[in-house]
Amino acid sequence: MTNHWRDIKNTDLILINGANPAEAHPVGFQWFMRAKLDPARGPGKGGGAKMIHADPRFSRTSAVSDMYLRIRTGTDVAYFGGLSNYVLQKNLHHADYVKNYTNASFIVKDSYNFKEGLFSGYDRKKRTYDADAWGYETGPDGFAHRDKTLQHPRCVFQLLKKHYSRYTPEMVSTITGIPKDAFLKVAELVGEMGRPDKVMTIVYAVGLTQHTTGGQLIRSGAVLQLLLGNMGRPGGGMNAERGHANIQGNTDHAISWEILPGYLKIPQPGQKNIDDYVTKSAPKKSDPNSWNFFGTNYKKFLVSLLKTWYGSAATKDNDFAFSYIPKPLGNSSWMTIFDRALQGKMQGLMLSGMTATSIGPDSNQVLQALAKLKWLVVMDPFPTTSSEFWHGPGMTPASVQTEVFMLPTTHWIEKDGSFVNSGRWMQWKDQVIPPQGGARHDHWITAELFQRVKALYQKNGGKFADPIMHLTMDYKDPHKPLLDEIAREINGKDLKSGKQMATFAKLADDGTTTAGDWIYTGSYTEKGNLSKRRDGVQDPAKNDPTGMGFYPNWAWSWPLNRRVMYNRASADLDGKPWDPKRPGIAWNGSKWVGDVPDYPPKMNPKDAKAWMPFIMNGEGGGRLFSSTMADGPFPEHYEPMESPVKNALHPDNSASPVAFLYDKAAGRENRFGTPDEYPIIATTYRLTEHEHFLTQQVPHLVQLAPEPFVEMPTGLAKEKNIKTGDMVRVSSKRGKMEVRAVVTNRVGQLDLGDKKAWQVGIPIHWGFVGVAADLHPERSMLWLVNALTPFVGDASARTPETKAFLVAIEKM
Amino acid sequence: MAEPVGFFTDSSICIGCKACEVACKEWNQLPGNPPKFGDGFDNTGQLDAENWRHVKFVDLVPDAPTVVGNGNAWLMLSDVCKHCKNASCMEVCPTDAIVRTEFDTVVIQQDVCNGCRDCISACPFGAIGFSAITGAAHKCTLCYDRLQGGMQPACAKACPTQSIQYGTLTELHKKADARLAALKSQGYDNANLYGRDDSIYGGLGAFFLLMNKPEVYGLPNKENAVLPRRNNRPGYLGSLVTAAVGVFAGLIAFRRRAPGEPAAGDAAVPPAGAP
Repeated sequence: MTNHWRDIKNTDLILINGANPAEAHPVGFQWFMRAKLDPARGPGKGGGAKMIHADPRFSRTSAVSDMYLRIRTGTDVAYFGGLSNYVLQKNLHHADYVKNYTNASFIVKDSYNFKEGLFSGYDRKKRTYDADAWGYETGPDGFAHRDKTLQHPRCVFQLLKKHYSRYTPEMVSTITGIPKDAFLKVAELVGEMGRPDKVMTIVYAVGLTQHTTGGQLIRSGAVLQLLLGNMGRPGGGMNAERGHANIQGNTDHAISWEILPGYLKIPQPGQKNIDDYVTKSAPKKSDPNSWNFFGTNYKKFLVSLLKTWYGSAATKDNDFAFSYIPKPLGNSSWMTIFDRALQGKMQGLMLSGMTATSIGPDSNQVLQALAKLKWLVVMDPFPTTSSEFWHGPGMTPASVQTEVFMLPTTHWIEKDGSFVNSGRWMQWKDQVIPPQGGARHDHWITAELFQRVKALYQKNGGKFADPIMHLTMDYKDPHKPLLDEIAREINGKDLKSGKQMATFAKLADDGTTTAGDWIYTGSYTEKGNLSKRRDGVQDPAKNDPTGMGFYPNWAWSWPLNRRVMYNRASADLDGKPWDPKRPGIAWNGSKWVGDVPDYPPKMNPKDAKAWMPFIMNGEGGGRLFSSTMADGPFPEHYEPMESPVKNALHPDNSASPVAFLYDKAAGRENRFGTPDEYPIIATTYRLTEHEHFLTQQVPHLVQLAPEPFVEMPTGLAKEKNIKTGDMVRVSSKRGKMEVRAVVTNRVGQLDLGDKKAWQVGIPIHWGFVGVAADLHPERSMLWLVNALTPFVGDASARTPETKAFLVAIEKM
Repeated sequence: MAEPVGFFTDSSICIGCKACEVACKEWNQLPGNPPKFGDGFDNTGQLDAENWRHVKFVDLVPDAPTVVGNGNAWLMLSDVCKHCKNASCMEVCPTDAIVRTEFDTVVIQQDVCNGCRDCISACPFGAIGFSAITGAAHKCTLCYDRLQGGMQPACAKACPTQSIQYGTLTELHKKADARLAALKSQGYDNANLYGRDDSIYGGLGAFFLLMNKPEVYGLPNKENAVLPRRNNRPGYLGSLVTAAVGVFAGLIAFRRRAPGEPAAGDAAVPPAGAP
């Protein structure tokens, strides 16, 4: 989240897309309801914030929303793009903000164009873009040309206007299935949010992420928020709800292959030294008034990271052991790993904190991949569909040669440590009970494994032993590091004084500081572990001095305890809050007050050299146009890989032209279905009753939601003579599941211009392991929804498209 | 006696998460019934010995591409024992196991209950269940043990949207009145308070804000929500009239059916052996 959970109470309008907060985040959802019940909030004269839920199905979030829109899954770019078009056509954007705080005035090279669904720079053979075609027109100083009147035909503002002019209300309706008049009602409310005294929030979750266009689905919301001037403001922002208590922390600490901790890029092969790496990785300053804080400090963050990892072995002479970091030859994302296993190119795999069989797309294929391994290690508190994969449906246990090791690990209630929530708050928690049975902490298993590998290197030697031999394990017991020690280490210290660092602004590139993840520097200072702070609602007057709900001494929020990111943009050019009733930060004549400023604390905004507000990117302004995405500088609507219709904007380039087609690349048979065989649109979702797959071990929760089902429209059920509770077979090109039908108007038919299509929804939670599975010996009934989903991912992030695919349904 | 306390359950902001159901079972150590598929969302089914909170789902969602939610289309209500002022269960309990506590709540004393189940048939809300394990009747105690410890009931504590609020009835009535007024001003004409006044069994210790008529939620309305033993002359009169009509009809029927004569309907029965 750019903002945080409690901040949602500050908003006037809530757009929820690809998310179901009432069910997936019921506790955080209280802030949505507070906004709705607060008469000071809302469009027009107020009377309560309005909540608009655009979703493939009417869920428990829709049940309390002011308006529910039945949207076709995967078409939110058209929805947000249509809203952007409405705002631009009617001149409802926040003009001062757009001109000064975004890259609207930047002029794009004339090599940029967009025709028939393709941006310039497309290589049809490789299915990739060369993003150089989308750069800014620059002068000899390297800075981008700008036209602050926003009239230049190639300035971002004009290109954006042109790009979205195709997203007329009629076009939006044809693509999304939302009736035109309903869309216009929403557009009217949204249009009001460009006023400085109004503010809107967009909330999303994996319903936007898990598509071949996932990155752009999210960006299309961010573009709208920039146009309305809502980024950086309390009550505004682009807010991702994370799917686990600590997914945000996971991401920050580089769970994803393409980054190092703190969102530094993973080095590429051929980058021989730090300077080369920094030149190729760090954002470039493209305007004289851009601070480019991230780019400027990139090297300091990397060197401090290397000093944390390799201690005294990282010296100026050996380029701070830069050569120790792996430089992956190719994509190593989640799907790539299983694709390689499927091709027989992997020996073994260790799974920790997730069950691949359940979470991966095309589970049948994932099962085959696991069966090709020599060995599989599963670290989990409970048996999972991965530790038991060899007796999953369709498997012949006798023919599976994979040796499976189950290492029982502690559950989070059996250890202390921190959770970082969706709002970036690092909150420490205590151990509730000691580890039960022989369970060990995941990090102790990892540390022990490391010590044994190191001992082998010590004894036998080996190729390139340095990264193993020199890794610091500076803990009281290197076999059993404490999470408190790790948190302390991540914060980093000044090696000269030995003191904990108070801020990343003081990190150095000469090897005198450490930081295990620069965005967490400041969380564990000489004052102690700040994530343990609990000054909250017991005394709101004292603990929330601004009344905006920042509670600065409650836990700790990255970066630097800032509660709303990009908050310089919450105030006008002179430093006055756009809305004095809802200030983020304000210039008081000598310094910035309010939230922790995302800006130099004493920089006078009236100074001619004052930095632009978005200090993290090279432009200094929010990116309406971005050359960092693999699939285009503007979000464009592409159909899901499996869709019943052709793209109404450009039928010849219907689906994403750059989505990576794993099966095709590996020479496997095509596993995409056609609308003739599989005419029904399907999506997947979670229920409030379960947490992913883990709670299949909790009897009380299994009682609440004991069996998988498919929610299907009344009309479709009538055609097929199906009633609630009947068993039906849902099949896709890749697999099937046999489940109960739940017949309801909560899902329905979509009117897509010349075609109508049914849309159904299937919750994800069950599998062949757990309380319910034990009650049903015919385990195929508890098969996984991902048996149906396609093995294809987003072009930038390679997140699988588990939210939009085609199925057929028959009564059993 | 302490000031009367109870629940105000506001269905307009209930999100059907069932945290109340689970918190109740966890605190009161109820193992729950074996898992059974209901309709996908309501798989609890009813209030019983194992379920002292039950979220009811009423699906009135129209088949339309756009719907106004606002608690009107897919109704959710966390149902619970109402802790009635005129509690039928107390009236019928032969062993005085059911008592009114110092908090003005209604509690079944497990060690006094003989398992006769009279209360189960007497309760107009189906809030009580019989446990084959303990041989006694069970229902919500409004977390009597937590109240004694100065804590709020587990369900109210767990409710993430404050749909379930616990407090003194005076306080809760004020909050409910304000919430109803706010909803009415926003045009929710069907919103109503159920059991706030004494029209439902003399007033409910656990009262509700409903978004539709009580019968839509399967709750007895004002006309039906009266105890059988008080002030029900119209009921007796009605029974008398029904009885009189019944006797009269019987007489006519028997008079027309002399011994040996086939009953009127028998004429249609074909003789044995006919095709």
